[in-house]
Formats: sequence, structure tokens, C-alpha cells
Amino acid sequence: MMATISSVESGPRHFDPGDGAVEAVVVRFAGDSGDGMQLTGGQFTLSTALAGNDLATFPDFPAEIRAPQGTLFGVSAFQINFGSSEITTAGDAPDVLVAMNPAALKTNIHALKPGGLVIVDSGEFGKRNLEKAKYAEDPLEDGSLARWQVMAFDISALTLEAVKPFGLGNKEALRCKNMWTLGLALWMFDRARQPLVDWLKAKFAGNPVLAEANIAALNAGHAYGETAELAGPLRRLHIDPVPSEPGLYRTVTGAEAISLGLVTGCRLAGLPMFFGGYPITPASAILHHLVRMKEFGVTTFQAEDEIAAICAAIGASYAGQLGVTSSSGPGIALKGEAMGLAVMTELPLVIVNSQRGGPSTGLPTKTEQSDLYQAVYGRNGDAALPVIAARSPTDAFACAIEACRIAVQYMTPVILLTDGYIANASEPWKVPDPAAFAPFPVSFLEEPNGADGVLPYKRDARGVRPWIRPGTPGLMHRIGGIEKALDTGNIDYAPDVHQAQTDARKARIDGIAAAIPAQDLCLGEASGKLLVVGWGSTYGPIHQAVRRARKRGLAVSHAHVRHIWPLSANLGDVLAAFDHVLVPEMNTGQFKTVLRDRFLVDAVSLTKTSGQPFAIAELDDSIARFFDDVPGNEGGEVEVNETQLPGPEIEQP
Amino acid sequence: MNDMTSIETTLKDWETDQEVRWCPGCGDYAILKAVQRTLPLLGADPKNTVFVSGIGCSSRFPYYVESYGFHSIHGRAPAVATGIKLANPNLDVWLVTGDGDGMSIGGNHTMHVLRRNLDCQIMLFNNEIYGLTKGQYSPTSRTGTPSPSSPAGSVDRPASPCAFALGAGARFVARSYDVSKDLSEVLQAAYRHKGAAFIEIFQNCIVYNKDRFDDFTDKSVAADRQVHCRDGEPLLFAKGTKGLALDLETLSLKVVDVDGEDWRGAGVLVHNVRNRGLAHMLVEMPFGPCPMALGVIHDDPAPTFESAVLAERESVIAGKAADLGKLLARGQTWTVT
Repeated sequence: MMATISSVESGPRHFDPGDGAVEAVVVRFAGDSGDGMQLTGGQFTLSTALAGNDLATFPDFPAEIRAPQGTLFGVSAFQINFGSSEITTAGDAPDVLVAMNPAALKTNIHALKPGGLVIVDSGEFGKRNLEKAKYAEDPLEDGSLARWQVMAFDISALTLEAVKPFGLGNKEALRCKNMWTLGLALWMFDRARQPLVDWLKAKFAGNPVLAEANIAALNAGHAYGETAELAGPLRRLHIDPVPSEPGLYRTVTGAEAISLGLVTGCRLAGLPMFFGGYPITPASAILHHLVRMKEFGVTTFQAEDEIAAICAAIGASYAGQLGVTSSSGPGIALKGEAMGLAVMTELPLVIVNSQRGGPSTGLPTKTEQSDLYQAVYGRNGDAALPVIAARSPTDAFACAIEACRIAVQYMTPVILLTDGYIANASEPWKVPDPAAFAPFPVSFLEEPNGADGVLPYKRDARGVRPWIRPGTPGLMHRIGGIEKALDTGNIDYAPDVHQAQTDARKARIDGIAAAIPAQDLCLGEASGKLLVVGWGSTYGPIHQAVRRARKRGLAVSHAHVRHIWPLSANLGDVLAAFDHVLVPEMNTGQFKTVLRDRFLVDAVSLTKTSGQPFAIAELDDSIARFFDDVPGNEGGEVEVNETQLPGPEIEQP
Repeated sequence: MNDMTSIETTLKDWETDQEVRWCPGCGDYAILKAVQRTLPLLGADPKNTVFVSGIGCSSRFPYYVESYGFHSIHGRAPAVATGIKLANPNLDVWLVTGDGDGMSIGGNHTMHVLRRNLDCQIMLFNNEIYGLTKGQYSPTSRTGTPSPSSPAGSVDRPASPCAFALGAGARFVARSYDVSKDLSEVLQAAYRHKGAAFIEIFQNCIVYNKDRFDDFTDKSVAADRQVHCRDGEPLLFAKGTKGLALDLETLSLKVVDVDGEDWRGAGVLVHNVRNRGLAHMLVEMPFGPCPMALGVIHDDPAPTFESAVLAERESVIAGKAADLGKLLARGQTWTVT
């Protein structure tokens, strides 16, 4: 199992518990899905952001809400990468692993860097739990963890002791373990406890005893580190704050940023928002956020199914609000016919797809970018519509605004692609000033636009028809999914009419290329040997990998595409200026195919469909292959799986 | 219906310049005329009226009414209508659907629009056949219906749209047929009902299921085989010689003979549109042994979906300012200087 990981270590990160001078650290919390690992991770994230560190997180949890306790498939993990330089990924291999039981250790230990620190709750390493985790021998005793620094102590017992004065039941008392662990982590990384204490008091406002017990556990974990009952690797680590632009900051997840962006977009358009949704992982969070923003003119509708959700949104757009619907791949598939209806009736609509692994139910809680074909091509008929992809949680805010703008300015449904990673991950976010965005107010048709009355399909110079609200006097008209005559919109499927309308629909969407920014480069020169083209949530790893390659003197540039359809007008020229084009994607090469088709460019794929984001090391290796003879390319070989979240033989119950 | 002021219109005002494309002799023509005749009686305003349909012969209806119209996709009219009504509760929303559109592909949405009680009128044209796709049996076709997809006769058991509607929680259920002189009266009652009003309209598909309903609509049998449900009036038919009474043994309706004027003596029930139990019995009553129940079977208003949505919104936003800057800065923040 020995791996060459020189590429990984050539990066800016290193973990040296001895000197305390660390630029960035990757910590993974792993435990049973009932252990509160996502909560622990979330709070650690908050305290990290408050300490002024840049960070990126990666929650990784099972599809089952409460898988049987102690089992391999019930392990829930949360990874955070934080440091004093710009952080764009959740990190590859963790420096520190906190494993709350044997199953968490087994499923995560191989991701830990050699020499990394593993903290385990030895109280959970009984015979039964070892069996559930398929350990024949106790790994704490059989020497199999020799590659790592192991700190094993009975967190369960220490927690029980800490919360004893509060008289909780055994089960309730053990639930405080995650706070004990968090307290230790806060000490290790020199994080303030007060925000957590405040948060616990607010969370358990109705149950002060529980609040105090959790605070006691938190303090006990912290004190455990502080009193240094153990020497060795458990040293306090201080990470300097990252220098960042002055201003007000908060953390934001992608789902939150999208919700805020949609609300802001509707405000800029001067429209109320109607959101139709049906619960699906990982898209539901958007519904949960928007339902709490009703004072901003938001109506939310939990529909009976995905189809009703989009159809109601279309109905609301027809009535003069901005209809929005959101789902994940399987739900988007169900919405396909209705998207065609929005294309045909030329009504504005925003469709958010938080992609997950597919096909079918696939990997509900894991990330993938495999719905690109579905977004661009996945409808019956010639049904082009604009597609936008967010690159990060914070970028999702601007993308949501952009989706609203294009939808209302071009009277078209727009798909906004994010993915499970973006939806769940959080980043520090410089709180934007809403006044910094240019408004795009909508005007409805109020007077007849033809000599004999209203012409609902009379197009302007951009090919856009007027938006007419029912309730407007004198503009009564009929629209529908059936082919229609030019101008009047009356039923007409004569051959020349369908030809003309198909051409008009296509030209209108193609024309959006003139209303979107030119493609820029995030890193590197405008020409050279290799351009790495990404889209969506691969931004972080690509950016870091290109930065590292450039430090080694390689002529690599990075372009990240937001507008998937139509593509920016200059993108062909951007690609043509490089000898090679590499397209890393978490699918089998979908965007690569689009680029090859649109520009006849010999784009090469780097694909991954493990449900996990790219590791920087994987990209390092792939980039290096283009520079085999170039001095400075000492990236070496990488066995990428060694740095990834592992895939043990997981048995379903 | 909505609470807008009523305006004066004539039948002509509700006609469009569109060429009507139903087969000559189709029952849809009679329904269209009945609707166009009824809308002026209701004081409806064309600019505030929206007809929403799905797919099928019936769903071409919006193109022929001079109002706002949305011809959507198969089965989804209730969902589209929900969005319209929530976005603008002042609109009068009519749904036009059929037995395939509303009971088969869109059955799910029919159920939910009824249980939510969205304020709208739902006209389900039931011709017991798929017309636009050329004559396959539908979910309401009687067992044994021969069709291109069931040459030896269909084996499915048919659904009863009115029973389905009641089961889904409908607060207004009525039944009529295309050429019935009572159709307008039923439509008016549906319009006056605040909430989802479900109207099953038997419709004669003269091409694929001709005269399917003659066994109770033909003039020669109509009096004996139709019972007209009117609130507060006894459930009599056959010129008052027969009536519907409660069979205490089976807890269902039975036909009893009425001697002269003494329907009370015969145990004939008085129709009460608010009696949900009676409504269930009227729509479950087997045709043949019993007559076909027509008219307003159930009418018992309840709060509407859109009013509940609006009220909930008002209560949760009360006292909250829509300060976007504050929203964006919600949660724990820190300042970098």
C-alpha cells in the first residue's frame, strides 16, 4: 500500500506538529452518522472562519439518515482545509483524522497522510464495534497504524465524566462526545470557544441543562489538550489568519448562496419570486432557505412531485412572477417535458440542478458533474436553453443573479448547474453590497403591440417576445406547447412555420452569447502549451494544480467556464491559442465533447466518477503528462486512490 | 370565482377568431357554447379569466375562449393553474381536462389540486375514450370496451371521476353532460363555489365512442334514468314516481316507488349539498339498478389553498423588513480591516 506522494508534498501545505508554524491543515472528522459529525464540522468551520483563516469544507455523509450504528456504511465524515494562504479545495489527504469508532477509522485511515495524526475514541473499540467494522484484530494494538501518529483515549469515558454533574442519561451524555472532540480540536488549532458556547446556548435555549452539559464537554475537551495530559503529537497549532480584502465576512454554503442570489436577482428584476420544489437530496436545502425569506416577496410551494413543481413555476411566470424550480438529476429528468413547455411558450424560468452521482438514484449524497448533457441536450425537440455553472459556493450567488437576468431579458428558461459539493460546502464570503449589482427591471406589455390587437409572439430585434400578464386589459391571448404562428401565436404547424419558429428559437438563444462576458483566464498566459478548461466545482483543485505547475515553470493556463450554453463568443479563440486542451470533469467527458463539437479542438479528458471531488494530486499528474520532456516537471507519479476517501467493501444490511 | 366586480359581456365577447378544430358533431361544441353563454351570466371579466388545459381534444378549449388561455402539457394543467393562482389570486381560473388527461396521466395533480382546495373550476370532459390519439380505451372506459389497443375488449375496471374527487377531498362535486339544459346551472354553481369545484361532464365522442351515454341521455330514457340533485329538494326521478332512499342494511342508496305525492312516506331522501356521506352514496350508486345522479352533488366550501398560503405568508413576515443588505449579512460575521 505504499504510495509515491511527492506531488502531494510539493504543494504549499505541510503538517509539522513539531514547530507549530503551519500554512494550512486538513482535518477530517469521521464518526457514526448519529455522532453529530456534520455538526462538529460545521461548528469547527465557523470558528475557523472567525479566526480569519481561509477555508474550504467537504461534508461527506451516507444516504441513510441513521444507518445501523457502528457499521462501515454508516460513517459520516466532514473535512475542512484551512490555512493562511488562499484555500480553494477541501484538501486532498488529511493531516489530522478524528475517528469516533472503528468503522470511521477503517473507512478513512488510508486517506490520512503518512505521518499524519489520528485521534481515536478508544472507548468505542470494543469487540462488537470491531466486528461491525470488519476488523479481525484491534488496529490500535496490532501495529497496522504504524505509519501514522495515533492518539487513542477513551473519549466516551472522558465525556461521561465531564457531564456527570448534569445527571443526563447514558445515551444523552454520550451524545456530548462530539462537543468534547470539538473542544480538543479547538485547542489544537487555537480557536476561540466563545462562539460555540453562544451557539450551544441558543441551540438548547429550551433545555439549559443540555446546553450546560454540552458546554462542559466542550470545555473538558479543550482542557484535556491544554493540561497536556499527554505529551507527543498533541501540540497546539496556530495558523495565521489569511490576508484578505477588508470588509464584512461570513461563511456561506452553495445552497444558501443560490437562495440569496435568487432573491437578489428577483429584486434586481423588480419581481416577486415563486419557487416550486419537491424534496430531493441534495437540492432540498434551497427550499429550506427560501421558505425563510418570504418577506422578500418569495412564495414557496412544496409540490406533489417534480413535474408539478416546475409546472407551477411556469404558471407563476405566466402570471408575471419569476418562476424558479430546483432539483437534482432524477428530478430534472422528470421536469424535462415541462422545460420544453417553457422553451415553447418562451417564459422566463430558473431551474437549479444540484447535481449528484447518477444514473437513476445513483449516489444521492455524493457529487458528480454528469448532468451536463441533460442540461444542454436533454429535452425532446430542438429545445435549446441557456446553461450556467457555478464554480464554488460563493460563485453560486453571482450565478443565480445571472440566471435570473438572462431568464427575464431573453424570456427563456435557464438552467443553473451546481452540485452536491457546492451545495453543502461552505466558504468565507465577503458579504456583497446589493447596490453593486446593476438592476435589470422587467417591463410587461401593457398596450396592444399590433395594428389589430395583441401579438404575443411578435419578436424584438433580439428575437424576444413580450411578457404579458393575465389581468391586463385588452391583451387576452392564448399560448401553449403546440407549434404556433409567427406573431399571433395561433396554432399553426405548417412546415414553413415550424421551420421559421425553430430557427427563431435557436437564434434567440445563440444570441445570448453577445450578452455574456468574454471567457477569461483565471491563471496563466493567453497562449502556451496547455490550457486546463474546467467548469463547475472542479475550480478549486484545477486552480491549485495549475498554480503548482506554474511554480514549477510549466506553461499551463486555467480557464473556467461559467456559461456552458451558449458558450462565450471568444472561447474558440481562447482554446486555439494553446497546443493542448485538458478538460477535467467529474463525469465521463461531457464538456469535452461539447468543446470538440463546437470548436473542432482536440480536447483531452481527465475524468472521475467516484463521487468524490478531484484531488489536486490527480490533476498534477495529468498536467505533468503534457510536459514529459520539460525541465522542472518533477511531479512524479501519483497513486491517486491513496489520497482519496476510501472505498472499503461496504455491505448493505 | 374571485371577488372582482362583475362586468357585462355577451356570448359574442367570449368567442375567439380561431377556427374550432373539433370533429363536426363533437360534444365539445355544446360545452363550449354553454361556457360562453354562462360567463356573461356570472359577470366574468375576460381580462381576469384564464382557461388552463393539458393535452387532448378537450384541452384545445382555451384557444376558443376570448380570455387568457394556457394550453400546457399532458395532465399538468392543475399544477400550472396552481402557480397562476398563487401568483395572482385575483384571476378566475378554469381548468379544462379529460378522462385521460385528468384521471390517467394527470391523476396525481387532480388529486392534489382538489385536496389543497385551490380556488378554480375543473371541467373534466369524460368521453370514456382517448380521442386525440385515435380511440384507445381510457381509465373511465367500461370493462370490455373494444378499441385499437384492446381489440378483444378492455379488461381494466373503470375509475369514477366523481368518487375519485370526493376521495381526494373535493368540496364541490357536480355532474352534467354536454347537451344537458342544466349544464349552465351547474357551471354557475361551480363558479360561485369558493374553492376547487370539480365538474364531470359526460361528452359524446361521435368518432370513437359514439352515443356511449345514450343509456341515460337519450330523450326516451332520460326521465327514468337521471336523478337531478337540487339542494333541499327530494331525490325524485321518473316524473316523481321513483325516488332514492337509504337502504339501512347496506348503507347505500336504493330506488323506491313513490305513491302519488307521498315521497316522504316512501322514505325518499332530501338532497343536502353539504352532506358528504350522501354525496359519496350518490356517486357510488350503481348505474342500471339506480339512475345517474346529475347536478350539484356536493357543495360545502372550505378555506382555499391560495388564501391559506397568503395568510401564512402575512403572519410570518409581519413586522419583518425586507432589507436585502441585512439578509446577505445574516448569521455570524466578522470584519477584516
